[in-house]
Amino acid sequence: MAEPSSRRLGVAIGATLMRDLKRVRRRRGEVLNPLVFYALAVSLFPIGISPEAELLAVMAPGLLWVTALLATLLSLDGLFRSDFDDGSLEQMMLSPQPLAALSIAKVAAHWLFTGLPLALMAPLLGIMLALPIHSIGVLMASLALGSASLSLIGGIGAALTVGLPRGGVLLSLLVLPLYIPVLIFGTGAVQAAILGDAVLPHLAMLGALLAAALILAPWAIAASLRISING
Amino acid sequence: MWGLIHKLGSPKWFYYRSAALQPWCWGAAVVLLLVGSVWGLVFAPADYQQGNSFRIIYVHVPAAFLAQSVFVAMAISGFVFMVWKIKIADMAAAAMAPLGASMTFVALFSGAVWGVPTWGTWWIWDARLTSMLILLFLYIGVMSLRGAFSRRDSGARAASVLAMVGVINIPIIKYSVDWWYTLHQPASFTLTSRPAMPLEMWLPLLMMVVGFYGFFIALTLTRTRSEILRREANTRWVKALIEEIN
Repeated sequence: MAEPSSRRLGVAIGATLMRDLKRVRRRRGEVLNPLVFYALAVSLFPIGISPEAELLAVMAPGLLWVTALLATLLSLDGLFRSDFDDGSLEQMMLSPQPLAALSIAKVAAHWLFTGLPLALMAPLLGIMLALPIHSIGVLMASLALGSASLSLIGGIGAALTVGLPRGGVLLSLLVLPLYIPVLIFGTGAVQAAILGDAVLPHLAMLGALLAAALILAPWAIAASLRISING
Repeated sequence: MWGLIHKLGSPKWFYYRSAALQPWCWGAAVVLLLVGSVWGLVFAPADYQQGNSFRIIYVHVPAAFLAQSVFVAMAISGFVFMVWKIKIADMAAAAMAPLGASMTFVALFSGAVWGVPTWGTWWIWDARLTSMLILLFLYIGVMSLRGAFSRRDSGARAASVLAMVGVINIPIIKYSVDWWYTLHQPASFTLTSRPAMPLEMWLPLLMMVVGFYGFFIALTLTRTRSEILRREANTRWVKALIEEIN
């Protein structure tokens, strides 16, 4: 009882994070699905457009980023769904800790199991799309940094639509327009790396977007969750 | 001060007060739009480079102005609704959204039509067209989110949150898209600096812009008033009002 409140908040965030990690460990399919989708969707492009290496190399940054964005989108619907269905979300809302802080923990877990694996898998797909080797590191860095923003912004859309019976299509309509800045700076970084330009400005912009999303998104997520639970 | 705000927030008070305002708004809008279009389309001189096709500006620019301002107005209404629970603000936001979306569409469509004589193509992925297109998607998102909830109050609050998120994102999207690609001619109409076009072209444009805003205010007023009647249909004052008319 005498514990300082900041420490109790830390415990609550840690517990929420650990709970999500444990749940993911028990249901590995949920982690694998976006990754399989990523690989599958990327391999559609050489088949649909052209297998020529020069053409693919030009399009590779955009293809890898757009497909990663769609893979993230695919996983968003599950971000709050099971917690909403089994009532855990209501418990979180009733807990003495702010819902915004707890939702950061949930979004962090989502990024650890979606954004980060996508970034780690991207080099393989990059090589298959004839992306120049020296830009692979930047591809990974931009995806790792950008997908954290994608998880945060997507969390708002997921929270708004979690109470709706068929929220999936609506979710993509709400979230995709908000993803465009991340997409622009993400592909920009990879393209700059291919051309040998300065990469850091792009990554800095991605970092700035992440900082802004980290400050603002949790409040929007918390407000949206309250609406969804009461609706 | 607070008394006034709460009075303003009362649907009944607003309904009776706005009745006097309504004809003035509609009158000003119609006069400005009529004079502005006749002046702009008939009497303003043709552009020395673009000829008569430049006259699309008299629809394109006001529509584009309105498309962006309506979103901001919608987000402000959403904020007012969320913070002070003033129902009128949400009714106004609901009334504005379709108008904003259609203005965005008008701006995009007139831009595409204008593109044919000036650029030789219907569509260019340039910065302003692209951010306008994204704005249209944002409008559609807000409207469909509102409609997706079965409880009106939840839909209203969800739409308010999304409008606020969107309004924070619009400058970021605009900046990033500008950064991504700039091909459009620089802005030709600003209120703060001296106009780049001659006065006889610029004055009718100013008139059209003010007229479009007047139209927006008048239409929002009328639509909000009918929304009040619809939502308050079961209250005593609305029933009395309807009996009076019958």
